Amino acid sequence: MDALDRVVKPRTKRAKRFLEKREPKLNENIKNAMLIKGGNANATVTQVLKDVYALKKPYGVLYKSKPFEDQTSLEFFSKKSDCSLFMFGSHNKKRPNNLVIGRLYDHHVLDMIELGIENFISLKDIKNSKCPEGTKPMLIFAGDDFDITEDYRRLKSLLIDFFRGPTVSNIRLAGLEYVLHFTALNGKIYFRSYKLLLKKSGCRTPRIELEEMGPSLDLVLRRTHLASDDLYKLSMKMPKALKPKKKKNISHDTFGTTYGRIHMQKQDLSKLQTRKMKGLKKRPAERITEDQKKKSKRVKKN
Amino acid sequence: MEGQSVEELLAKAEQDEAEKLQRITVHKELELEFDLGNLLASDRNPPTGLRCAGPTPEAELRALARDNTQLLINQLWQLPTERVEETIVARLPEPTTRLPREKPLPRPRPLTRWQQFARLKGIRPKKKNNLVWDEVSSQWRRRWGYQRARDDTKEWLIEVPGNADPLEDQFAKRIQAKKERVAKNELNRLRNLARAHKMQLPSAAGLHPTGHQSKEELGRAMQVAKVSTASVGRFQERLPKEKAPRGSGKKRKFQPLFGDFAAEKKNQLELLRVMNSKKPQLDVTRATNKQMREEDQEEAAKRRKMSQKGKRKGGRQGPGGKRKGGPPSQGGKRRGGLGGKMNSGPPGLGNKRKGGQRPGGKRRK
Repeated sequence: MDALDRVVKPRTKRAKRFLEKREPKLNENIKNAMLIKGGNANATVTQVLKDVYALKKPYGVLYKSKPFEDQTSLEFFSKKSDCSLFMFGSHNKKRPNNLVIGRLYDHHVLDMIELGIENFISLKDIKNSKCPEGTKPMLIFAGDDFDITEDYRRLKSLLIDFFRGPTVSNIRLAGLEYVLHFTALNGKIYFRSYKLLLKKSGCRTPRIELEEMGPSLDLVLRRTHLASDDLYKLSMKMPKALKPKKKKNISHDTFGTTYGRIHMQKQDLSKLQTRKMKGLKKRPAERITEDQKKKSKRVKKN
Repeated sequence: MEGQSVEELLAKAEQDEAEKLQRITVHKELELEFDLGNLLASDRNPPTGLRCAGPTPEAELRALARDNTQLLINQLWQLPTERVEETIVARLPEPTTRLPREKPLPRPRPLTRWQQFARLKGIRPKKKNNLVWDEVSSQWRRRWGYQRARDDTKEWLIEVPGNADPLEDQFAKRIQAKKERVAKNELNRLRNLARAHKMQLPSAAGLHPTGHQSKEELGRAMQVAKVSTASVGRFQERLPKEKAPRGSGKKRKFQPLFGDFAAEKKNQLELLRVMNSKKPQLDVTRATNKQMREEDQEEAAKRRKMSQKGKRKGGRQGPGGKRKGGPPSQGGKRRGGLGGKMNSGPPGLGNKRKGGQRPGGKRRK
């Protein structure tokens, strides 16, 4: 389908811009997410998907697909809507309240992790004010489980990818409104979202009070389908242009001292200009006596 | 007495400060890891407080979340701030967490045929203005495209040229010519595209997994497999309808030592005749074209290097400041060689360079 797109030459500037937006770039766009409701999704799962869609607006699309989702149709949807993150919800007797969260690389599946929803409180149920959509959330991961197993590490990276907003260089300090908090405890992952209230604290940094706002989920890790190591390495490859430039001839040691290196040409040490000490200068009388001593030495030798 | 009151004041001030800071400090065993570019914090402390909380750890979760958020906010408030349109804005550092890309790295496209030619000859794009004055309609019109200035298919009166068939439709002829030009352009564009794609595919290390191989690849693989036996494929049977592989014969062919005497005699006499003749057998056309092409290439490469250096150093004048402008009509050798491909181009083709060098890259002899 990609080949077809390219052979058809865009006739308008708008079409050309659309295609250029979708092609691979050095600095990528923010990843879009597609939230797919499976054929046999129940009310809980549907509500979860709707809530996440509300969190991810405008970088998400909500789909509904009747037949069971297999890999090829997932890839087709991702090409159609240019999405590289997906969340698929379904429900059956063997796996109740199932949520598959995953990402794609080059429109092929990279990672997929299946989570089971245990407790769910929706956005509607919590009667508090909500924050506007499109704000960048703060993410906090608590619990040492997130670094122990490879599964959990990938899950952490996947959740960061999913929920972080667009990458910005400046942020309005008053505009930091909500925080998503993930805790890993006893094999469960508690997902809570809170609205931020900044209180006076006497100094510049405010004191934080939290108010529960958004969806809260208790998740259980079920199956995982992680990418092979080389595919993962390929997807992590950074272009050379974006790598931070290393400053040459500067080194640091463990104590924090910075060392610099200067390269000098070869110097003739005998002709080196040192400090002149006037007191040590030889006076004419002394010079004469030295010459006489030298002469007498020579005479003696001869 | 005064000394005591001063001390008291100082102690009180310190206490106040400590109290204030108390409200925002959080005590943690292990420091959190921050990635401020992503507004991310990772807490490595094992959640012991939560373990004993029981089935509904809501309050403890909230307390933990509050502590962690406080630490993150403390970090964020320490970032350098600027004032942008009446709001205070903090400058975020680059995100440090490495996340996988969504699409592969962009590959450099191979140059199209025109770009290769322009590079070789050193042709630079000339800056043209979009609108041209059209006499016929006495208004400014586009140079190309819809309602362009000099559209010869839209003329209402065409003179029949002297040597043409009087019954021929001149209008249809012009329309037909345009269609042919459009088709040719489209063909070239598709060819350029195909070349670009072919360059992209070999990056898969030349091999594809089964199911994705092309017919030629499969044929090659089969041939190689056939020959890789101990007796170099001599006793391998072919399937009933399989054809013999072509192109697998000897690479060089030599004439047998003695065979066709008549042919040998003819070849040797021809050789002697060529050696004795006064006229050179050199094809002047091809030789001069080759020479010209090499010269053009060198010149274009030098100019490109010069312009790159000039751009980097801010447009200083390069060493090619004085350029010898040769006369437009060249010497005898060139005239003889006009049969081949020679594109001298319009004289003084736009070599307006930065640094104010004299324009006119006229060919030197």
